[in-house]
Amino acid sequence: MSDTLNGQSRLAHHFVDLQQQKSAATLGMWLFLATEVLFFGGLFVAYTLYKLKYYEAFVAGSHELSITLGCVNTAILITSSLTMALGVYGAQTGRKAFACNSLLATLALAGAFLVVKYFEWSAKFEHHLVPGPDFQFDVTHAAAVVANPELLRIEHVKMFFILYYIMTGLHGIHVVAGIGVIAWLYTQARKGVYSAEYYTPVELVGLYWHFVDIVWIFLFPLLYLLGRH
Amino acid sequence: MSLDHILTPRAYLTVFFMLLVLTAVTVYVAFIDFGAWSTPVAMAIAIIKATLVLLYFMHLRYSDGLTWLVIVSSFIMLVALVLITLGDVFTRTMTTAPPALGM
Repeated sequence: MSDTLNGQSRLAHHFVDLQQQKSAATLGMWLFLATEVLFFGGLFVAYTLYKLKYYEAFVAGSHELSITLGCVNTAILITSSLTMALGVYGAQTGRKAFACNSLLATLALAGAFLVVKYFEWSAKFEHHLVPGPDFQFDVTHAAAVVANPELLRIEHVKMFFILYYIMTGLHGIHVVAGIGVIAWLYTQARKGVYSAEYYTPVELVGLYWHFVDIVWIFLFPLLYLLGRH
Repeated sequence: MSLDHILTPRAYLTVFFMLLVLTAVTVYVAFIDFGAWSTPVAMAIAIIKATLVLLYFMHLRYSDGLTWLVIVSSFIMLVALVLITLGDVFTRTMTTAPPALGM
């Protein structure tokens, strides 16, 4: 096992070997993801609570979102998870070019996700669907899509959009952060830092990226597909 | 424990296609009226998708017990967060102040 690169040891002095170092790093990443589960979890609880209280308004708000764009972004993110997994595979098997190309594809897909998000958000801004003094929502128009229109309140629709922006916004920030770390991985991979013996950073960034994918897997049906029948 | 278990690109592609199919399924069933079961059905599909990502993309299937412990604990904390909060909010009732104790 080569645990050195350019004469410099990659094994920190407090670990016995690279395997132990990798186990510790992996555990640390999973612990970080556990805190992320609770970070997003609070928002999912807020969403569930308000959805149960203001169901009509949440259905009306959900109908303002584009299922097509939501689907496109879901497909983009799932594909980026695939390319990230392939990037880890490339690093694990010492295929440098394959790993670099997979990471590059992941970056491109993450960028595409944000571009779609930009168009989605700017359409909402144009339609005054931003909670605040200029918020406009046609309750009579929405009455057609909900079961009990008399329960519909514009303040409650605002609550849907507050949660929509915070949840997709926080997720978007995670995508931006992901682009940053994957770009760093790419430059490192280009330099030949990773090999079949040492690829822990690729594996750990992969875990983070798949977590971001999982959050979107839950956000998509909750925000976009509510009460569509 | 085998942190170095290597899955093949073919395995990743299989999981990828399953995720795409399940995405199509979740959109399809959203247009069917399941009444109160709509959200549970959507969440069930999302949980299956998340499990596939965890087990294969995140290599959880080949991870050690300590990793499983962290994930299962975080899931239990999440369930507690949801259930305790909902249990609180939906059992609140307006109460009137008890009458003052006499004399």
